[in-house]
Amino acid sequence: MARGATAEKSFDVATVTSWVRGRGVYVAFVVLVIFNLIVTPNFASVVTLTTLLITVSPIILVSLGVALTIGTEGIDLSVGSVMALASAFLPLYLGYGWPVAVLVVLLVGALAGLVNGSLVAFVGIQPIIATLALLVGGRGLAQIFAGGQSLPITDPAVLWLGQGRLFGVPAPVIVAVVAVLVVGFLVKRTTFGRYVVAVGGNRSASYLSGHPVRRTLLAVYVISGLLAALAGIVATARLGASDPSNIGLLIELSAITAVVVGGTPLSGGRVKIMGTVMGALLIQLISNTFISNDLPFTWAQVLTAGIILVAVYVQKGRGTT
Amino acid sequence: MERQAPVLEVRRVTKRFPGVLALDGISFELRPGEVHALVGENGAGKSTLIKVITGVYHPDEGQILFKGEEVSFSEPRESQEAGISTIYQEINLIPLLSVAQNVFLGREPRGRLGLIDRDRMNREAAEILERYGIRADVTAPLRSLSLGVQQMVAVARAISVDARAVIMDEPTSSLEAREVETLFGVIRQLREEGVGVIYVSHRLEELYEICDRVTVLRDGRVAHTGELAELSRLQLIAHMLGRELDEVRKEGATGFGEEHEAAEEPILQAQDLTQHPRLREISLDVRPGEVVGLAGLLGAGRSETAKAIFGADPVDSGSLKMGGEDVKMGSPAAAIKAGIAFLPEDRKSEGIIPDLSVKENIAAAALPRLARAGMVSEKAQDELVEEFMQSLGIKASSPEQPVRELSGGNQQKVLLARWLCMNPKVLILDEPTRGIDVGAKAEIQKLVDDLAVKGLGVILISSELDEVTEGSDRVVALRDGAVVGMLSEEEITEGNLMAMLAHGGDSGNGAQDNGAQENGAQGNRKDTDG
Repeated sequence: MARGATAEKSFDVATVTSWVRGRGVYVAFVVLVIFNLIVTPNFASVVTLTTLLITVSPIILVSLGVALTIGTEGIDLSVGSVMALASAFLPLYLGYGWPVAVLVVLLVGALAGLVNGSLVAFVGIQPIIATLALLVGGRGLAQIFAGGQSLPITDPAVLWLGQGRLFGVPAPVIVAVVAVLVVGFLVKRTTFGRYVVAVGGNRSASYLSGHPVRRTLLAVYVISGLLAALAGIVATARLGASDPSNIGLLIELSAITAVVVGGTPLSGGRVKIMGTVMGALLIQLISNTFISNDLPFTWAQVLTAGIILVAVYVQKGRGTT
Repeated sequence: MERQAPVLEVRRVTKRFPGVLALDGISFELRPGEVHALVGENGAGKSTLIKVITGVYHPDEGQILFKGEEVSFSEPRESQEAGISTIYQEINLIPLLSVAQNVFLGREPRGRLGLIDRDRMNREAAEILERYGIRADVTAPLRSLSLGVQQMVAVARAISVDARAVIMDEPTSSLEAREVETLFGVIRQLREEGVGVIYVSHRLEELYEICDRVTVLRDGRVAHTGELAELSRLQLIAHMLGRELDEVRKEGATGFGEEHEAAEEPILQAQDLTQHPRLREISLDVRPGEVVGLAGLLGAGRSETAKAIFGADPVDSGSLKMGGEDVKMGSPAAAIKAGIAFLPEDRKSEGIIPDLSVKENIAAAALPRLARAGMVSEKAQDELVEEFMQSLGIKASSPEQPVRELSGGNQQKVLLARWLCMNPKVLILDEPTRGIDVGAKAEIQKLVDDLAVKGLGVILISSELDEVTEGSDRVVALRDGAVVGMLSEEEITEGNLMAMLAHGGDSGNGAQDNGAQENGAQGNRKDTDG
């Protein structure tokens, strides 16, 4: 009975506001693209576009995992260090052939996620602390395994993952798109996806509805570890050499920004996969805009900070309407 | 006791919250050297009154007088400095600091140069503890002590500030019997020193053991005040629940109908559920088509029993059978699989998942059966949701609407739908009509009736007497975490129930006779079979 009344009442301003709220990241992205089309020389070129997409691919990969952990009211700070671990392990096992090396690296990522997830789900440590341990220790461990040096990658199959193309589409982009589709499917269509948002939305209620709360928590951190390892492989392949001291450095901050700007609340209970992708594209586009226009990069950081604050503010307004 | 000037006086205090009149012209006085029981059911206004006294809230109307002078505290700290100490249910001390540091927190004795005089602090803390017969190493970190001793430290801290009034909010809820004795020793000491004590508790035995006078609050008003010894337990409960003893209730105030035909064999059998210190050997049967009411005052262990059966809380011992088969304890998933459904008391924190849609909330428990190979079948889900939104009359703009936007009654129906779509064999309802409007209330009561007619076994928990007496085919009464009696069919009257809550389970016949007399009814109560 209240259907007609509320629909009519909230038609104009409120509808527009909430529409923008839900899709603010798309609006911001479109605005920035238009700005670049006018201002940045050679912006509308295939080269600019592919460079942007290649650079953003590892960020998208880790952001997907971070989005899942944030969806459960958690967080994964260790993604950058897991990338470093991946980078360190990759050349060590290439002697056994690329499938073995890739498999080992993915296992390392899954193991890292298993450690994080166990600390969160079974020991009951707060996610920010549990994953902070690996953020701090993981990179050191990676450097120890790598013997403190950067090893070149020569295996063509692995190099292809970073530098190759399929029908003109760069391989990192293909990897990222596949990952987006898989994670998107998990979130939208599976019981696991429902468990993630239910655990994040109200853990007690989820538990009392018979959901496997601990297994869900464990799973999101394992997936996040796997995706970070995959991002580490792509980044290493693109570089053509392992570089555990620099690969994935501070990427957790970009990932969290992408997730939050994309509309996934830090308080959990919702996961926006497309929003996360757009969030990652937006922050990459901001730094590209500054670099290609010869503006000081420091200002890009300030602008990103501003966008984070706006995103959080907009989310805070949710529910009061 | 001589009538003395009250140490604390509350005069016609009114406190409103949006939509609620929490305190409605309350007057209350605490005399020096008395232990004054403050009792009332949920929402009666006890905690609001305490918060008004301690300065957490400001009264909208009325005055508060302390030691004969009008006071207006703007925060708890001020009331504490003036001499009103409060000991909360949850211990609010600092676990990592030592006992002595906790006792003197914020007012440590200073030595030269304004530094803390640690020796003097430890010495004085030890003296205070000793004076009240509390044994503890004052230099040990607080968290190394048992909960009981921690509570004593909280008391020591409260009284060492030279408090003239001490408020204790359910101080014994986490204490062992021996620790309760120590606490009572401290309270008696306080009484001798002329300190006024406000004692909040739901445990009748404790009230009668330690308290001199009592004030009963109900719906924000004072329902009764006077000497506790002059009041029988039954009278006390009648005041709390708002019932006249000789009042003959007319049937039909609720949406419940007649009794149901229950099958002979129980579908659910809970045996000796024990959970220290809240539940003691609770045994309970439910037959198909039967509504079993769980009655008891606040803190009697009703919700705890429900949660233990559903596996939401772990139990120390006990077993559960569904249709003769053992069910794993401590796992909601196992209970759900066995055909048990549970509507928790706290809809917001344990029921709804606020940001998810009505649809997702309804389908929450049914997800495993709506999915094949881990994929949710949208079609099966939509059909199910459609069916139950219609049959329960859930009013939402669409199945996609976030459930937080719905009214309380509709949220409750969403949760009922979540469970009914599972085709449960036993449905546990913990306060199913709390906080929802009258219309939805009657609808839900009628629904419970219909479900029982269709052969569902129901466990019904409600603080409202008429809901329990009219809705149940059998009533199991709980007190202090144990079953104290059972009523069936014709025996289920509010009078009998109150008598059982007051005296059931007491040893000796005196209490029972007493109860029957007061009630004007026969002692037609059955003891539960072991």
